[in-house]
Amino acid sequence: MFFAHEGMNKQTKNALASRLMQSVTILVSLFIFVMIFVLLLKAEPLLASKPIFELLFSSSWHPSRGEFGFYPFIIGTLTVTCIAMLIALPICFLAAIYVAEYATGRIRAVVNSMIDLLAGVPSVVIGVWGVLAIVPIIKVVGTDAGQATTGYSVLAGGIVLAIMVFPSIISVSQEVLRSVPVSMREASFALGATKWQTVKHVVVRKSLPGIIAAMILGFSRAFGETIAVLMVVGNVPRIPSSIFQPAYPLPALIANNYEDVMSIPLYDSALLFAALLLLLVVAGFTLFGRLILVRLQRRSV
Amino acid sequence: MKNRKLEEQIFNALMLASTLIVVGSLLAVIGVVIVKGAPALSLSMITQTSNGGFYLGGAGGILNAIIGSLYLISASISLAFVIGLPVALYLNEYAARSKSADVVRLCLDVLYGVPSIVYGAFAFTLMLILGARASLLWGIITITLLIIPIMIRGIDEIIRTVPSKLREASYSLGASKLQTAFNVIIRQILPGIVATVLLALGRGIGDAASVLLTAGYSDSIPTSLNSPVATLPLAIFFQLSTPYPEAQERAYASAIILLGIIVMLSLSARFCTSRFSKFVIR
Repeated sequence: MFFAHEGMNKQTKNALASRLMQSVTILVSLFIFVMIFVLLLKAEPLLASKPIFELLFSSSWHPSRGEFGFYPFIIGTLTVTCIAMLIALPICFLAAIYVAEYATGRIRAVVNSMIDLLAGVPSVVIGVWGVLAIVPIIKVVGTDAGQATTGYSVLAGGIVLAIMVFPSIISVSQEVLRSVPVSMREASFALGATKWQTVKHVVVRKSLPGIIAAMILGFSRAFGETIAVLMVVGNVPRIPSSIFQPAYPLPALIANNYEDVMSIPLYDSALLFAALLLLLVVAGFTLFGRLILVRLQRRSV
Repeated sequence: MKNRKLEEQIFNALMLASTLIVVGSLLAVIGVVIVKGAPALSLSMITQTSNGGFYLGGAGGILNAIIGSLYLISASISLAFVIGLPVALYLNEYAARSKSADVVRLCLDVLYGVPSIVYGAFAFTLMLILGARASLLWGIITITLLIIPIMIRGIDEIIRTVPSKLREASYSLGASKLQTAFNVIIRQILPGIVATVLLALGRGIGDAASVLLTAGYSDSIPTSLNSPVATLPLAIFFQLSTPYPEAQERAYASAIILLGIIVMLSLSARFCTSRFSKFVIR
């Protein structure tokens, strides 16, 4: 009882500690707004000098001439993220159902601990793997398909990203699937439905909003991933015409150019505008996904 | 009826294949990195710092990056824990089931989702505003901010599993909320705290994008909070960016070292979790 031996009485201490903890809590939750505010403050000079429409939809990126068109970077981010989601969504959906509904206890434990391990693999290591394994394969496949490609492409970025979002989508989906009450499954079996029919018509239907939320959270995770994508995507600020072409996502733009910001006017403002864009998009998606999950939880309690 | 059977079989096969792809991608990542990196792995990698010609393929190691990462993460974890624990306790012991606690959780979830490059850009901006330079101190600040939400939400989820009877028993003995929190709840969630800390540790030590902007890079072990510091993920990244095959191979070897540290962390997480479970009242 290390709080009970001093002179101050326990009510005073409790009240004091309560105040202190409350202040820390308020500070921590305000932090997201501080972050938005600071980035907005630094992006303001750029926003004041150029119309927002031109920033978002112009393709002309020449910082030294004062031209900041983010369109190729925005398209680069969206392309890579969408390829990643096209690969990851069906795989995660099916794998989550298998692990949650079909796998026996032991297999489930093994698969889940491997998924946890995958979640812990640093993005730079996944990037190294992408350079070693994915880029050469894409080079061969792309060249066979009649496309001139170095292998560093949006497809490589998409594959690498897909693997990085596997763990989070599968874990959340599994949780949602498992929250469907056993009695509902039993009712379906009692009506003569097979396992697959039960899964399809009862379990998946019931947990669809939650699975969609898991996918939205996966999307926002993929949207801002930096190092692994940067290593394999080629970083050419042009709109890719095929999946074998390189692109230049927003996070890579920030990571590659932050050192030069002081020498060119408005450049720092432009990079922080890119960070602000990332932050707002990701925050929006995360909020949306979380709210779906919170609502589901409330309904099931 | 036949169609139904067929459908069932097709989906069974697809589900199994998907699970195998997920598991297989983990094995592929680890396998490829080990096979490619093992030949370049040597004792000097972890006992020497990267002197001059290291990135041109010369002799040396990445001790500076290993030590740098350890400095960075141990300071960040301690700070994030000191800030995070009270918040998690407050959310559950003082503000339990309130609307405001839900709002705080939502804010934290959004923070959790914010990409690490944005944390880097934010800290970088503060650095510019204050006229500071990239250093160990700013790396610590960045990583601390990055892992605070992981820490709080992790501990928060665990405290939520503590049965309310335990609290009631403590209150009925005349204990205040503070005494209950620190003498009963913490003991109860100790295994979970360890697991959360190690999760945050893994996330923090593996992150490259945020410290790229704020920690700088140095070939020697940092001597003060103001000196720039090398980190393991960035060491891998920079070695791979060189055009020299020797340096690139050592990037793969460094990746093995980083993976090894992560695996050791997750194994010790398991060990500690079972070890500390003896304090838990069931």
